[in-house]
Amino acid sequence: MSSVNLSNITKKFGDFTAVKELDLIINEGEFFTFLGPSGCGKTTTLRIIAGFYYPSKGKVKFNDRDMTTVSPEKRNTGMVFQNYALFPHMTVFENVAFGLKVRKTKKPEIKRRVEDVLEKVYLKQFIDRQVSQLSGGQQQRVALARALVIEPDILLLDEPLSNLDARLRDEMRNEILRLQREYGITTVYVTHDQVEALSMSDRIAVFNAGKCQQIGSPTEIYNQPVNDFVAEFIGETNLFDVELESDEPEKLRFFNSSLDTNIYVDNTPKQIAACQENDQLRMSIRPEAIDVKKTVSENENTIQGKVKMVQFTGEAVHTFIELNENITLKATDLNRGPSTYLNEGEEVYVRLPSEQIRIVPKVKR
Amino acid sequence: MNAEKRKTILLLIPIVIVLTGYVLYPSFETMLESFRQEGIFTFQNYIDFFGPKAHANLEALWNSVYISVLSVLFSALIGVPLAFIFNRYDFPGRSFFSGVAIMPIVLPSLVGVMAFMFLYGEAGLVPNMIKDLFGLEEVPFTLGGVSGILLVHAYTMYPYFYMTVSSALNNVDSSLEEAAANLGSNRLGVFWKVTFPLLTPALVAASLLVFMVSMASFSAPFLLAGGYRVLSLQIYFSKINGNLEMAATQSVILSVVSISFLLFMRWFQNRKDYRMGTKGLGAHRSEVSHPLIKWTMVTIGIIAMIILLLPHATLAILSLVPEGSWTWQTYPTAFNLENFRLLFEDPNIWDPVRNSLFMAFVACLGCFIFGMITSYALVKRKFIGKNLLDILVMIPWALPATVVGMNLILAFNQPSPFSFGKVLVGTYWILPLAYFVRFIPLVVRSTNAVLEQMDDSIEEAAQNLGAKWLYTFRRVVLPIIMPGVLSGTLLAFVQAVGEFPTSVLLYTIDNRPISIEIMNQLRMFNLGQAAAYGMIQVGLIAIVMFVSYKFFGVKSENTL
Ligand SMILES: Nc1ncnc2c1ncn2[C@@H]1O[C@H](COP(=O)(O)OP(=O)(O)O)[C@@H](O)[C@H]1O
Ligand SMILES: [Mg+2]
Repeated sequence: MSSVNLSNITKKFGDFTAVKELDLIINEGEFFTFLGPSGCGKTTTLRIIAGFYYPSKGKVKFNDRDMTTVSPEKRNTGMVFQNYALFPHMTVFENVAFGLKVRKTKKPEIKRRVEDVLEKVYLKQFIDRQVSQLSGGQQQRVALARALVIEPDILLLDEPLSNLDARLRDEMRNEILRLQREYGITTVYVTHDQVEALSMSDRIAVFNAGKCQQIGSPTEIYNQPVNDFVAEFIGETNLFDVELESDEPEKLRFFNSSLDTNIYVDNTPKQIAACQENDQLRMSIRPEAIDVKKTVSENENTIQGKVKMVQFTGEAVHTFIELNENITLKATDLNRGPSTYLNEGEEVYVRLPSEQIRIVPKVKR
Repeated sequence: MNAEKRKTILLLIPIVIVLTGYVLYPSFETMLESFRQEGIFTFQNYIDFFGPKAHANLEALWNSVYISVLSVLFSALIGVPLAFIFNRYDFPGRSFFSGVAIMPIVLPSLVGVMAFMFLYGEAGLVPNMIKDLFGLEEVPFTLGGVSGILLVHAYTMYPYFYMTVSSALNNVDSSLEEAAANLGSNRLGVFWKVTFPLLTPALVAASLLVFMVSMASFSAPFLLAGGYRVLSLQIYFSKINGNLEMAATQSVILSVVSISFLLFMRWFQNRKDYRMGTKGLGAHRSEVSHPLIKWTMVTIGIIAMIILLLPHATLAILSLVPEGSWTWQTYPTAFNLENFRLLFEDPNIWDPVRNSLFMAFVACLGCFIFGMITSYALVKRKFIGKNLLDILVMIPWALPATVVGMNLILAFNQPSPFSFGKVLVGTYWILPLAYFVRFIPLVVRSTNAVLEQMDDSIEEAAQNLGAKWLYTFRRVVLPIIMPGVLSGTLLAFVQAVGEFPTSVLLYTIDNRPISIEIMNQLRMFNLGQAAAYGMIQVGLIAIVMFVSYKFFGVKSENTL
């Protein structure tokens, strides 16, 4: 088991910078996720850890060992590729045994360990199958077993579930977590799926355009995003531009010019992200935090609007409320029966609870 | 990064040495020779070529082009309709007929030409039969000259059109045509507006291929048309007459034409064409229901089959005619297995077969190893000048065999570092070398096809699990690409066994291969033995094709 320490990593392909000045420490035994939209440099970073790319700048350390230019075969990492990369000419057994054979493990030992790991991924009965005869989920598990059997210091997974259908994805998610906990391996998991990231990880690093935006636990990332990109990318949110009006110690007053309304926010680090002097500010509020009432109340941050659309998804009901021609809010409530649904065209009052608002700086482009 | 680069360079060194030594350097020597007369640098050879003094050369160039254009036309006229009929209509015996349609490819060109001579030549069986059947005074026709060449070309080259168009037709999403019909287009409209444009890439590719192959054609003008002047043959005559400088000049000019075609073809194939992402579920065939049309089609199929297989049948029958039993008679009189028995009893008869097999084996072993490494470097490694290397590798495929032979003569009729300071011309080893050079591209191409299918992550996975490069290559890459390498090599073997033009330029008494012996037997009017040799070649080819289809799933159309 190892910790991974990336310091000031930059990776350029020609003129194009795929990863920029990345600092990151992944602790021993941690389930760490790289999350971000496609093309943001997640795979590149993972491949730098695996040794397939050497960084243009910066250092890679496993524990205290400098691994920056060590070749991939000497790193003892176990990688699961997006397309699984199973050896098509080998059986399940041969695939899983490959890494052990390379390590010159004795035959009986190989057999024992391969059978062991295949048992863990529920593939024991397929041990002599050709890998092409397996289903997608089964292939996925062979790839996982092949990476686990060598007892790697670090397990690397690159969007391992993206080729599976939804149901199988849920199943494999739990499977991977179970195995990771069982083996206690330091794991780096790459995904662009936020649900996957939030539900599996100990910590998440959110990437955008080659830059790491935020590192934190799932709840930190969701509840206290550091900027509007993170707020928008993780989960759903309502975002609009605001300006700081008055600066009191207890409550800050913001103003939205389009709505011509004041918005009050508690002045705590939970509500206000770190900002620079001249940052443009935006406020973010999650749909589930919005309070929709049919009758007017004199609470602060209450705005009148009109129901534009009601969307029923089963467990939840989304209500889209038009505040003016430019701004439409989305409010989400758990399904509490037909009597609670609003009607389209209805006049309503929305309250943005001041302890649920997050003020974030806008990412500079 | 550095370790990767080191590996790439280590791979490239042998590749570059071999290609420089046996492709580039010989071409360069030919070029030099073409600018020399009696040891002095001069443009005189080119002036002679294009000048009024020797208009034979210009005439040969013109003939080559003219025959090639007509060959393209005739091959297309046979191949394209056949492809349509067999892929779009269903009638009794369809799949059998479509299998027969590619039978010309098992005949090496020399053997095919020989069979046509037996059938339609001056003393040909068919004209004589017609004469006897109808009680004519004279034979109604004989085949020779330009019409002979064209007929042989059409027969041996239409499969290029047939196969490329068939596979293109199968890839046309039939819903496209249905969509057009649905939008109100009639049958002809659908064809011209939808099907035909989608087939254009295949048609152009086949045309270029046929053009190049006819430009290089040697056996047909050599045997059938009594030395009709085409450029590939002129090179041979210049060399026989000892005029190496003119042979070199002619080679250079033919090379320029061929290499331009190679470059044009690369450009054409790299162009983005509008093939669809979705593959059709295989073209669906309309069943021919009208009995009259159905049986007409079957009849035509049977007649076509007879014509197509007549050369094969003739060879088989004539191979049973013992020496001296068919001299002045119109038809052979005796049949037995004498010719095949002699093969095992007369070393003189057996030697060429042994030579061919051995030399083809050695050359293919070389192609196998070299082609595999080269293809790997080309597909999986990054380096500067890759495009150039890619072109260099394909050059021996684009150059006519006569030119490859000439290049090797001019490079190795003197000691050179690439022949370890020895003169190779006139020795045993020059022919295996020629076969090796000529068939490298076949192995590289077929290996490229599989390697391109293999995802890079496969190698990375092996490396990630701790395998060193060599181990990965042996245990992972090699087993995956083996079908491609082997099918390329087998094809190279087939072609090496049938190879005539380089053989006739480079053979010696010790290494004379089957093709040369066929020529000798024909000269001695021992037609039976010549046919028997032909049958041996055809048999070998059929076995190899069958094996590569059965065991490696290689479709014959991929072998072009
Ligand atoms: N080998 C490469 N050469 C050039 N550009 C690359 C290479 N690998 C990745 N890139 C570029 O770097 C960016 C980040 O890629 P990647 O790390 O694969 O993104 P993702 O976050 O989707 O995994 C992309 O814009 C991609 O085009
Ligand atoms: Mg990726």
